[in-house]
Amino acid sequence: MSSIALNLRTRPSGRPGALGLGISTLWLSLIVLLPLAAVVVRSTEGGFDTFWNAVSSRQAVAALRFTLEVSLLSTLINAVCGTLIAWVLVRDRFRGKRLVNALIDLPFALPTIVAGLTLLALYGPRSPVGINVAFTQFAVLLALLFVTLPFVIRSVQPVLLELDRDMEEAAASLGARPGVIFARVIMPALLPAILSGAALAFARGVGEFGSVVLISGNVPFDTQVASVFVYKQIESDNPGGAAAVSVVLLGLSLLVLVAIRTAGAWGSRHER
Amino acid sequence: MIAVEHVSKRFGDFVALDDISIEAPDGKLTALLGPSGSGKSTLLRVIAGLEVPDTGTVVVSGQDATRLPPQKRGIGFVFQHYAAFKHMTLRDNVAFGLKIRKRPKTEVAAKVDELLHLVGLEGFADRYPAQLSGGQRQRMALARALAVEPSVLLLDEPFGALDANVRADLRAWLRRMHEQVPVTTVLVTHDQEEAMELADRIVLLKDGRIAQVGAPRELYDQPADSFVMSFLGRVSKVDGRLVRPHDVALSDRPEDGWEEAMVQRVVHLGFEVRVEVVRGDGEEVTAQLTRAEAEALEPHAGSIVWLRPPASGVSA
Amino acid sequence: MSVDRPTRIGLRVVALGYLAVLLLVPVGLVFYRTFEKGLGFVWDSITTPAAIHALFLTLEVAAITVPLNAAFGVLAALALVRGRFPGRRLLDALIDLPFAISPVVVGLALLLVFGRTGWLGPALADAGIQVIFSVPGIVLATVFVSMPFVVREVAPVLKEIGEEQEQAAATLGAGAWQTFWRVTLPAVRWGLAYGVVLSTARAIGEFGAVSVVSGKIAGETETLTLLVEKRFQNFDLAGAYAASALLALIALGTLLAMSVIGARKSEA
Repeated sequence: MSSIALNLRTRPSGRPGALGLGISTLWLSLIVLLPLAAVVVRSTEGGFDTFWNAVSSRQAVAALRFTLEVSLLSTLINAVCGTLIAWVLVRDRFRGKRLVNALIDLPFALPTIVAGLTLLALYGPRSPVGINVAFTQFAVLLALLFVTLPFVIRSVQPVLLELDRDMEEAAASLGARPGVIFARVIMPALLPAILSGAALAFARGVGEFGSVVLISGNVPFDTQVASVFVYKQIESDNPGGAAAVSVVLLGLSLLVLVAIRTAGAWGSRHER
Repeated sequence: MIAVEHVSKRFGDFVALDDISIEAPDGKLTALLGPSGSGKSTLLRVIAGLEVPDTGTVVVSGQDATRLPPQKRGIGFVFQHYAAFKHMTLRDNVAFGLKIRKRPKTEVAAKVDELLHLVGLEGFADRYPAQLSGGQRQRMALARALAVEPSVLLLDEPFGALDANVRADLRAWLRRMHEQVPVTTVLVTHDQEEAMELADRIVLLKDGRIAQVGAPRELYDQPADSFVMSFLGRVSKVDGRLVRPHDVALSDRPEDGWEEAMVQRVVHLGFEVRVEVVRGDGEEVTAQLTRAEAEALEPHAGSIVWLRPPASGVSA
Repeated sequence: MSVDRPTRIGLRVVALGYLAVLLLVPVGLVFYRTFEKGLGFVWDSITTPAAIHALFLTLEVAAITVPLNAAFGVLAALALVRGRFPGRRLLDALIDLPFAISPVVVGLALLLVFGRTGWLGPALADAGIQVIFSVPGIVLATVFVSMPFVVREVAPVLKEIGEEQEQAAATLGAGAWQTFWRVTLPAVRWGLAYGVVLSTARAIGEFGAVSVVSGKIAGETETLTLLVEKRFQNFDLAGAYAASALLALIALGTLLAMSVIGARKSEA
C-alpha cells in the first residue's frame, strides 16, 4: 500500500523536474525531432510512388537486403560469442582479466573509421598473415562483428553478476548436471539481457557506416550496405532517394527500440 | 506549538489521512503511533511541508504554515534512513543549514563543535557517513537538524533502521536529549514500547483516523476500544472481554464465582511468570504473575486453578 | 555451478581467442605499422598543417558539444527521474533514438533542416548563419549522436540516491538551486563524469554524420576522422595510420578514464 502512495505523491517542490522537462523537450525537439521529421517529410514529398520507386530500385533493394543479412549474422555470432565472453569474464579467473574486461569497450571508444583501418591492416591486401578479405562481403561481416562486440557482453555481464547462485546450487543438489543447469536455470535468466544486447547490436549494425566504408569497397549489388547507399544518394544530389531508404532504416530502428523495451519489461517480470 | 486541523490527504484511491485534528504542545514530545498504513508518517510529512494536504490547515509556531514550503517552517526533520549527505563530512553535514543561511565561519564552527559534543560525536567530525555506524549517523542527523535551532523537531521512525540494542540505547539517549533541549518534538513510531517510554503524549492512529489521544498511562489504563488496548500492550481474552495479563487472577482454591481451568504451560521469564491456562470451553487465557504470586500458587502443567471473572476490561 | 577444469580452460581459450583475432591483434598491428617507420615520421605526419587543424577542430567541436550534452543530460535525468508528467516514457524512448539511427541518416536529417534548401536554410542564410559545410553543422551532428550518454549515466545514479537527501536539504532551509548545487550534483558526480567521458569519446570519433554535413573542406571543416579517410583515399597509408594511432591513443585514454571513473562510480 505504501509503495503505491509513494508513486503518486504530489510534490511541493517539483520545480527542478518541471524545469528539466521544459528545457529537455525544447532541446530534443530542435536537435532530434525536427531533423528526423524532415527526413520523413522529404521522403514522401513526391507522393507515395516516388517513395516506392526509390526504395524498390534494384540497387536499393540489394543494399537493404545485404545490410539486413549481414547484420543478422553478425548479431547472431556476437550473441553467442558475447555470452561466452561474458561468462568467462564473470565466472573465470586469470591474470589480466581486468585488462581484458576494460578492452571490451574499445569498439565503443574507437572511431569507426579507425576500426575499419585496423581491420584492413590485418585482413586486407597487406596482411602479415596472408589473409585478404578486403572488398568482400566477409569484410563487412568482420567490421560489424568488431563494432557490435561490446553490446551483448555488457548487457549480459551485470545480469550474470547479480545471478543468485542459490538457484544453481539448488539445482545441483537435486541432481542436475552442469549442462542442464546452464540450459534450464541460467539461460532463462540471461535470455532477456542477451536479446536486448542483440537488439542494440542489430540496430547498430544496420546503420554502421565508418568501419564498413573503407574495408568493403562499397561495390553496388555486392558489398554495398544501406548506409553507404544513402551516402551515395546524397552525394549524387538525390536527397529524396536518400530520405526514402533512410525512412526504411528509421523504421527498423524504431522496431528494434520497441523490441528492447519489451524485452526489458519481460525480463523483469520475475523480479520481486 | 503545532496545530493540525481537519487535515485530509489521499493518494489516488487510498485515503492516508481522514479529517485529522491534533495539537502538539510546546516543549513536549508527542508520539504519532500506529501500525503500517495508519497515516502517521504522512501526517508528519504534512506538518513538515513535505506533503501538501488536500484539506485542512497546519499551524506551526503561531503561523499558518499550510502553504509554506519546508524551508520556511522553522522545522528540523530526522529521517528513518538518515538522509545523510554522503559526499560531505560529518562536520559539513551538521554545518549545512548554517552555511545555507550564510552565517560567518567562526559562528558555524563553534556551533558545529557544540552540537557534536552534545550528541557525543566529537572525534568523528572529519569522517564520512559511510564510515559511521547507523546509530552514529542518526545522531549526526539529529545534530544537523538541531543546528538551525528549529522551533519544532520532527522525527520519522528515527530508530527503525537500527539494531535492537542500538535502538534501546538511542531511545534512552533521545529522552535525555529532550530533557536537556526541550524543543517541541513530534516522533513517528510503530513501536508502542518506544512511544510509551519517550512520549509525553501519544496520538494513536489507525487507517488515517485518530483512535485515541492522551498521556501514555491514560491510553494504557483507559483504552477507548479493543484496538487501542491490543496495540499498547499484551492482552488476554476472557469471556469476550480483553484484560491485561497481569490483571488475570488465578487461585489454587475454588472461589465464589471463579471458574475452573487447567494449566497448560508455565514460562519463567525472570522477573515475571507467564501461565497459560485453558478453560472448560477450550478458551486459552494467558496470565502474568509476579514471582511472588507464582511461588504462592506453584502452578505446573496439568494442575487445576481457578480463574477470576473479568471485572474490567474492554469488550473484544 | 562449478564447471570442470578442461571445460573452463576451453571456454577461456575460445573467448580470448575470439577477442584476440577480432580486437587485440588488429589494434596492436596498427600501432606496430604506425611506429614501424620510426617516431620522427609519425611526428611529422601528425604535425602537418592539415593534421594540426584537424586536431584542433576535433577538440573544438568536442569542447562545445560535451558541455551542452552534460547540461542537457543532467536536466533530462532530473525530468525523467524526479518529474511526474504524462509522456515521461515517451521522453525516455526519444532519448535513446540517437543510439539507433545510422550516422549518415543523422547527417541527411540535419542537411534537410539546416541546408541551404532545407526548412530553416533560407532563414539562416538571410541571418548570415551558415550551418551546413561549416563548424556549426559539425557541432549539431556531433551533439545529436552523443546526446544520450550523459542522461543514461546520470539517471540511474539519480534514481539510486533517492529524494531523501534533497528533502533533508529542504527542511534545513535550502532552496531549489542550493539543493541542486550542494546536494544533487555532488551526489551524481561520478555518473556525470562517466557520461562525459563516453560523450567525449563519441564526439571525437564521429565520422558518418560529419561526413555528410561538413563538406570535408580541408583546413576548415575536416575533422581528425575525416583526415584519416582522406589520407587513405589518397593512398597515404602511413599518414592514415599515424592519424589513426593518434585517435587510438585518445581511445585508450578514454578506456582508462572509464575504468577509473567506473570503479569510483560503483563504490559510491
